[in-house]
Amino acid sequence: MGDSQYSFSLTTFSPSGKLVQIEHALTAVGSGQTSLGIKASNGVVIATEKKLPSILVDEASVQKIQTLTPNIGVVYSGMGPDSRVLVRKSRKSAEQYYRLYKESIPVTQLVRETAAVMQEFTQSGGVRPFGVSLLVAGFDDKGPQLYQVDPSGSYFSWKASAMGKNVSNAKTFLEKRYTEEMELDDAVHTAILTLKEGFEGQISSKNIEIGIIGTDKVFRQVILTPTEIDDYLQEVE
Amino acid sequence: MSIFEYNGSALVAMVGKNCFAIASDRRFGVQLQTIATDFQRIYKIHEKLFIGLSGLATDTQTLHQRLMFRHKLYELREDRDMKPETFASLVSAMLYEKRLVTSICSLTVFGPYLCQPVIAGLGDDDKPFICTMDSIGAKELAKDFVVSGTASESLYGACEAMYKPDMGPEELFETISQALLSSVDRDCLSGWGGHVYVVTPTEVTERILKGRMD
Repeated sequence: MGDSQYSFSLTTFSPSGKLVQIEHALTAVGSGQTSLGIKASNGVVIATEKKLPSILVDEASVQKIQTLTPNIGVVYSGMGPDSRVLVRKSRKSAEQYYRLYKESIPVTQLVRETAAVMQEFTQSGGVRPFGVSLLVAGFDDKGPQLYQVDPSGSYFSWKASAMGKNVSNAKTFLEKRYTEEMELDDAVHTAILTLKEGFEGQISSKNIEIGIIGTDKVFRQVILTPTEIDDYLQEVE
Repeated sequence: MSIFEYNGSALVAMVGKNCFAIASDRRFGVQLQTIATDFQRIYKIHEKLFIGLSGLATDTQTLHQRLMFRHKLYELREDRDMKPETFASLVSAMLYEKRLVTSICSLTVFGPYLCQPVIAGLGDDDKPFICTMDSIGAKELAKDFVVSGTASESLYGACEAMYKPDMGPEELFETISQALLSSVDRDCLSGWGGHVYVVTPTEVTERILKGRMD
């Protein structure tokens, strides 16, 4: 019990009104690998770079884009292990919703639940905030949707967004390329081009991940062959 | 005598063409003694969704209060009304929650809510939905009609004889009213007039029936 003096939340306001731990978490996200998402007229695409610490790592064993429900997928920037906790909790609340209403959870509701978990970890004792931001892509009765959830627990709906390393460059690039009428195929193209902008080295099917959801409301990973990537990269704008 | 028959009740819902009707008797009794003749067993959840609760009156009222509470929270959270199917699943889950009799410090607390709900509503594209369930939430869906309460046996007979598919709102009102009134005459524990709601995509009609008032 001697340590009770320090057992309150680490995220206590600084005199200037900031929560320093959350700012550190955002720094962790900012130095993570780049991820981005684009909402098209008929679907959503999320993409991320997958840089591995060594060429000896089996790239097939690393999955950065994951499915939460059949019609909702997620990608993170920041700390991988932290993201897995959130994915597990999100899947659980999606399942609880389904068990209660026998209806799959709407994207907004799942995002709200996930954001609530992230907020809780900024106000509870003995925990630290999550070192990740999430991009949640889904398609439900309200159409295609893209949300970003930050370590503070705040969330926004985006037409296109990026996070991680090179955010500002990627966002500027997306601002230039984005149009409301864009279709899923164009969006995948734009996503790859945006990733390429800040990419160190050569893009290949092994060092990026792409997830899409279209009007069939099934979220799936896209595994592009080297030729398909070349086609996307060489296409004249 | 079963506790489900303590107060007496008759409940029925029928599907028509792009509409539905739900009706109940108005008696509130304690065994054979009639206490009130203006009792309400059908509740509106929203403009296109109704629930009727037969069985022990005290439990029906508590369950109704809890359902309203859950629906209001859902409305605020999701900014929409519940679909009838969704609401039926919620009712089912809430009933099953209380299936078990738990004991805390040798005190036995909570059994199921002693009522049998009837749910009727218009879903997407104004497609009618009706269903009933038992006191622990086992759903039973139907395309034509559902019944519950102490008069359920005679209601089954009356509905099977009188029901036709694709009735319009006026004919549906006539049919459900005749089915209800003739059934409660064969049941000592329900009756004293009826309460009928006919719901179409554009309006809700509520009518009070007079029958054999004895």
